[in-house]
Formats: sequence, structure tokens, C-alpha cells
Amino acid sequence: MDEEKRIGVFVCHCGTNIAGVINVKELVEYAKTLPHVAHAEDYTYMCSTPGQSMIKDRIKEFNLNGTVVAACSPRLHEPTFRKATEEGGVNSFLFTMSNIREQDTWVHMEEPEKAMEKAKDLVRMEVARASKLEPLTPKTVPVEKAALVIGAGIAGIQASLELADAGIKTYLVEKEPSIGGMMSRLDKTFPTLDCSQCILTPKMVDVERNPNIELMTYSEVEGISGYIGNFDVTIRKKSRYVYEDKCNGCGKCQEVCPVSRPNEFDLGLQPRKAAYVPFPQAVPLKFTIDMDSCIKCDLCKGEEACGELEAIDFDKPDELITVKVGTIIVATGFDMYDVERKEEWGYKVFDNVVTGIEFERLIGASGPTGGKVIRPSDGKTPKTVGFVLCAGSRDQDEEDGAKPYCSRVCCMYSLKHAHQLIEKIPGVVPYLFYMDIRSFGKAYEEFYYRIQREGGKFIRGRVARITEDPVTKNLFVTAEDTLLGAPLEMELDMVVLANAVVPAESTQKIKSLLTLSNSPDGFLLEAHPKLNPMSTTTDGVFLAGMCQGPRDIPDVVAHAAAAAAAASIPIHRGSVTLEPIYAIVDPEHCGGCATCIGLCPYGATELKTVDDKLVASVNEAKCKGCGTCGSACPSGAIKMQHFTNEQIMSEIEAFAQGW
Amino acid sequence: MAEEFEPNILGILCNWCTYAGADLAGTSRMQYPPNVRVIRIMCTGRLDPAFVLKALSVGADGVLISGCHIGDCHYLAGNFKSRRRVALLRKLIEEYGYDRERLRMTFVSASEGALWAEVVQDMVNTIKKLGPNPLKQAGAAQLEGAVADDEF
Ligand SMILES: Cc1cc2nc3c(=O)[nH]c(=O)nc-3n(C[C@H](O)[C@H](O)[C@H](O)COP(=O)(O)OP(=O)(O)OC[C@H]3O[C@@H](n4cnc5c(N)ncnc54)[C@H](O)[C@@H]3O)c2cc1C
Ligand code: SF4
Ligand code: SF4
Ligand code: FES
Repeated sequence: MDEEKRIGVFVCHCGTNIAGVINVKELVEYAKTLPHVAHAEDYTYMCSTPGQSMIKDRIKEFNLNGTVVAACSPRLHEPTFRKATEEGGVNSFLFTMSNIREQDTWVHMEEPEKAMEKAKDLVRMEVARASKLEPLTPKTVPVEKAALVIGAGIAGIQASLELADAGIKTYLVEKEPSIGGMMSRLDKTFPTLDCSQCILTPKMVDVERNPNIELMTYSEVEGISGYIGNFDVTIRKKSRYVYEDKCNGCGKCQEVCPVSRPNEFDLGLQPRKAAYVPFPQAVPLKFTIDMDSCIKCDLCKGEEACGELEAIDFDKPDELITVKVGTIIVATGFDMYDVERKEEWGYKVFDNVVTGIEFERLIGASGPTGGKVIRPSDGKTPKTVGFVLCAGSRDQDEEDGAKPYCSRVCCMYSLKHAHQLIEKIPGVVPYLFYMDIRSFGKAYEEFYYRIQREGGKFIRGRVARITEDPVTKNLFVTAEDTLLGAPLEMELDMVVLANAVVPAESTQKIKSLLTLSNSPDGFLLEAHPKLNPMSTTTDGVFLAGMCQGPRDIPDVVAHAAAAAAAASIPIHRGSVTLEPIYAIVDPEHCGGCATCIGLCPYGATELKTVDDKLVASVNEAKCKGCGTCGSACPSGAIKMQHFTNEQIMSEIEAFAQGW
Repeated sequence: MAEEFEPNILGILCNWCTYAGADLAGTSRMQYPPNVRVIRIMCTGRLDPAFVLKALSVGADGVLISGCHIGDCHYLAGNFKSRRRVALLRKLIEEYGYDRERLRMTFVSASEGALWAEVVQDMVNTIKKLGPNPLKQAGAAQLEGAVADDEF
């Protein structure tokens, strides 16, 4: 560029976050001595409106054609200052940021002098970069007017209904034969004790009826390519061996099927047939043949069963469907902690130790006992029931796969279970072994008091061990009552382990398809934990529900609605601006060696004949700007915009001026 | 005795994982040695071998490349490629008379702020043991031109 570079450097105090550690005035004076710097200044909060105005004003006043802001991380405020630069009349790509907070004053607080030195180096490196930056124009691409929602628990259901109501064509993909997720297994929901099915089923039916929702159950996402506005998605519709359009849900196949195996939906507490629906209110009410257990007796195809309808076909193949969507919501939910790993509690060893979700099925009207709570060992009504809270949550024991976080639902559902017991069994005493009761939601603390009044007994302490009387199958629970400071042993009829919620195994594949990240707890990482908990770092991909972290139904619904709103914005806007950070090939220098062709993960590089010469070119729409091709080109023919060799080399040179 | 040797280390970090992890170390106020200066690139796949050679030729005492864990690259496979490049480069710099430990590649995710602090500490310890870049000891005159930029 021929025009003389005139760079403005703006140093932020960030209150005392930066200015409390280093001398910002000194940094400003230092910046003024750097080549191309036409102006330098500091301000308390550069990101505030006056701070941004300062940038705009100084650009005009000092006729600047480049800006550097030394403040927080570019991952936080790059967009803010790019905008201010643009509004000041300078191309936003002529701006760059020096991270002197997250990567300097916050991590070297105890060595302020060295932090100062580092700040100078970082500013000098960024000024060098700024002197080499080139103006770029973002490209605008149209957005496909459709969305994809993966997972149809309450989160995916809510998000799909919101999107559909906003007039957006929504593909809802669920891997199980029915939608509903964990909520469809619950009996009642805290703290209002609404019956779970009664509030969920209408929503499930709405999903099926909504003309804007295309529901694909027993289906999995196999491939995703493209970018915000233009994702191409491949979905495998697994064969149910039943034609959905022909099946009328009569269930005659199930009646005649001779095979019996444990129903996964009921955690194996009830049997199902090889021809089955997971539960009577399933949506869609279409039968599925489980080929792994089917013995091909053909009874279900016979006269008395599906005969005339001819809905069953054992040779029906899987279908691969491709759809194009503008945005994606991940709502793949959670799994339960494998509490068998806590051997001291004897789950799966002692009959009368069950998990919270098994208890939901035992007390649920649609469960195996029709809602009558019985001891698994002898079918007797329990009179004393222990609840072990935080079973695998708030536990640092990594060896057992236990989780350090709070699962956020177990306190409340254990209170709910205690209430349900008291309601159903006269004279029953529930004992809740807890560390803290976390009843933080609306009307939750009141619910806690209610259970206390109703006769729930609360023992503050962890259960150390459970043993069993081999004859009566009663359980002996050893714990420490930390309030009394005394050990305690108790004989109980039954124990319910409120096991932790953990990241779903099935989220992993989606995570890699969409290049998402995990947070330390293993759940999906959000764009910002406070200000943007429903977005991800992949543009156009959003999160709803438990896949992002433990939460109860009210919070899941709010999160899902937020994700739907966020996912509908680009669709309603109709177009998105993409970062012009893509590679370009200089045909003059390209030798046609094709090194770059195999390297691009998106197949964006291709060989073309230009003026009889074979040269590479990059398809801008496909290129995502990783820069892999450019760093491999032996001829230096590929330029990675905004991260050019010249720009990075200038930073390295500036780095070396520090000694 | 001369004052303690404080290494100058160049960090080249991918935007999506390690740069974010380093930011997290900041938000969590973890303290680590102030010897690394970071250049942000979108993906470690962008790592041109020339960057490493340039850094060493201008006197960097160490170069630390860090990106997403294998399998987690935001662009699917950039880190596979840079991992191979770094492995080769470590051999190459040895030919130039640098200890291979002066170049290191690590994998630090966006949630591993504590790991980033550890990685830096470890790198600083290693370089302190190795001493300053041999070129620095040889004298500034030889610094420039020891490795010509255009050859890579
Ligand atoms: C024992 C127990 C009792 C509870 N009681 C209450 C209560 O009383 N009140 C309350 O507010 N909350 C309660 N909760 C919490 C409540 O269950 C959750 O908040 C809620 O179910 C989370 O909904 P979700 O849609 O995020 O996840 P999920 O319900 O797990 O749904 C996720 C869905 O995604 C599907 N899926 C997963 N991976 C894929 C994939 N790769 N492709 C396609 N589909 C996929 C799954 O099959 C599932 O249908 C309770 C939880 C437990 C464990
Ligand atoms: S690697 Fe470089 S020279 Fe070889 S084809 Fe690609 S652009 Fe051309
Ligand atoms: S920068 Fe190169 S390798 Fe990376 S996406 Fe673009 S064309 Fe492909
Ligand atoms: S984006 Fe981090 S290594 Fe590729």
C-alpha cells in the first residue's frame, strides 16, 4: 500500500483490571514512539460509548487509517471495535487488538513490572501487524429458510414449536422411535406436581401436527457440511421395518409377537415385544420392529395381525435424506451417571436399591406397577425409604467417574419423590440423606418446607455404605449425621439413589460433526456462559437444554426458546455476512503442483486451466479460512487473507525488537 | 552473577482452542510466567514452517505452538497437519544447531486454562535450562540473514 500508514493506538484501563497492574500512561507514551503511530491515548473503558466515540473522533481528527486497541481479548470485543473503526470511516479489517488483560495483567498480577514489559511487546507486535493489514469486504450470502433441531426431548420439542410458529420450516431429528426424551418418563414434575405426561403429550402432538415441522424419528444425523445460512445435512432414517404411512398404530403386531425383552423406556422394568412402541403415548404412534430380537416368525404379518394393511416389510432399507438448512439447534440432552460404579451403595447387587429414574417409573401411573410403589425384592409396600442425594454429583472422586458439579435436579426430584410416597403410602417415612438442599427456583424453597411439614426426615450427611440383610432384603445404611456429628446406622426397606446427570454419549458425534467444544464438565461449551448461553463458537449453531449443562424443565424450556429466537434471527434477516477470511491463489505464482488440493478439509481448493496453464484456485464459499493450504504451498502462491505471511512475519519481527 | 536469564518465547496459538484456553486462564486469574508473547492464528494449520525458522533466526529462545486436541480442530484436521510439520521442524532445527526442545507443540482446549498455565511454566523451565538462543550468544551481527526468509 502506498498511502502512508497512520495508526491510532487506544489503551484501555478496564477500570483497574489493566490500569491497576500496569502504568497505562507509560504504555501510551511508549506507543507514540512506534513506527506509523500517529496518535495514542488511554481511556477508562474503551468499550463504552464514549470510548467508542473516541476512536471515531480521533480517526477524523488525526486522519488515521488504522487502529489498535490494547484492552481485553479480541474474542470478547473485536466486533465492538471493528464497528467503531468502520463507523469512523476506516475499513474494519484495518483494526487489530492487543490482548493486555486476559493474557497479561490478569495472569501476571504479581509481577507488574514484567507485565508492563509484556504489554509493550504486545502493543508493538500489534502495531506492526496493523501496518500490514489490508482492507477487506465481507461477503453477504443468502440464508436457507429452514432449521434443523437435533434431539426431541422437551428442549428440542420447545425449540421446534417456537421455530415453526415463527414460520420457519423445521426438521426435527430424534434417534429413538418416539419423541419426548427424559420428561416422558417422569410421573409428576416439581414443584407444582403437574403430571408430566399431561403437560408434555399435548406438545408432542403439536409437533406431529404442525405443518412447518418435519419430524424424523428413529433417525440420526450422519453428515453436516457448509456454514451458517447454508448447511447441507444428511440424515439416516433407520428402518422400522414398518411403513409409517401404512401403520395405523393398531398394535396387532405387538399382540401376536411372541418375543419378549426388557423395555428400554422403562429401564427394563417392564417387558416389550420385538414389535413395539416404547410407551402408549408415543409420537408418532408408529410401530417399530426391533430386528435384533425379531425371530422372523412372520406372525405379525399374518391375517390376524397386519395382514391386509401390509405395513410390515422385513426388507425395508434405511433411507438417507439430505436437507438444506440455515441454522441448527443441538438439543441432545443427557445420560444418567452409572451409579453401579459406586460399589459401596450396592446398586444392581441389592434388589431394593433403585435409581431416581427407576423410582419415577415405579411410582408412575403408566409404569410397570400402575403407580403402586413396591419393593422390587418381594412386592411389599415399603414403610421406610432412604433417598441418597448427590449420588455421583458434587463428588471429586474421578476414579468412579463421579462429577464435581451439582446436577441441579436431584434435590428437587427427591423432595418430589418423598412427597409422592407420603401421599401414596400412609405412615411411610422418607429419609433424605443430603449435603445441602438446593431449592433455588421459583416456589422451590416453599416446596422444601412443605415436605418438612409432611414428615420428610432430613439427615445431613453422605451415605458411606449400604449393606443388605440377605433374608429380609432390608438395607442397612451407614452415614454420618454431620449436624449431630455422630455416625448413624439405619435399617430401611428401600433406598433410592439420586444419581448425577452426565453428558450424553450420543452428543459426541454431533459435537465432532459441528466442531463444537466441551466445557470442563463435559457438556457442550456455550459462546459465553453468562451473556450467550444458547450460542456456540460455530456460527449458526445453537444449544438448547441439558446438552449444555444440568437444568430443570422450566430452565430447559426458557433455554430452548432463547435458542429458537437466536436461530431464527439469521433466517428472518435473510442473509448473513461472512468473514472475508479466506484464501486466494495468485495464478502467476502457482506452479500447479496440487499440494494444496488434498490438504483442504472442505475440498475448497481445486485445479483449473487458466490460459493453458494448470493452476489452483480456492472456492471462496467453501473456504473457512483455516490457512492450512497457504502454509503448505511451496511457491508461496496462496495468500491467507487477514493472516498473510507478511502480517505474521511483521509480528515476529516486532517481537524480536524486545531484546 | 548476571541477572537470571528470562527467556523470550513466541507463542503461536489457534483462535478456537488454546487462545480461548489462555483467555480462560486470565478470567480465572491463574498466574504463570510472563515470558510468552502470543500471535493468534485461526488454526494451527496456518503454521507456516517459515514462522518458526524466522522466530529462531531473530533470536527467540523458544517457540510454542498450541492448538486444539487432535480430533477437536475447528477446521477438522488443521492440527494433524501442523503436528506433522512441527515433528519435521524439530528435526530440522536440530540440523541448524538448535535443541529440538526449543520448539514444542501442545494441545490445550478452550476449557483448559489451568493446562495452559502449566504448559507455559513447563516451557519456561525447559528453555531456562537450555539457555538463550545460541544466535544471541554468537552476537547480533549474525542474527539477520542466518536464515533467509524466502527459502521456506
Ligand atoms: C429422575 C429425574 C426426575 C426429574 N424430575 C424433574 C421434575 O420433576 N421437574 C423438572 O423440571 N425436571 C425434572 N428432571 C429434569 C428433566 O428431566 C430435564 O430437565 C429434561 O428432561 C431435559 O430435557 P432435554 O430435552 O434437554 O433432554 P432429554 O430429555 O435427554 O432429551 C434429549 C433427546 O435427544 C435425543 N438425542 C440424543 N442424542 C441424539 C442424537 N445424536 N440424534 C438424535 N437425537 C438424539 C434423545 O433420544 C432424547 O430424546 C428430572 C430428571 C431426572 C433424571
Ligand atoms: S500448493 Fe501452491 S503451487 Fe501447488 S497447486 Fe496449490 S497453490 Fe498452486
Ligand atoms: S484456507 Fe485453504 S485449506 Fe483452509 S479452508 Fe480455505 S482453502 Fe481450505
Ligand atoms: S482450530 Fe485449533 S488447531 Fe485447528
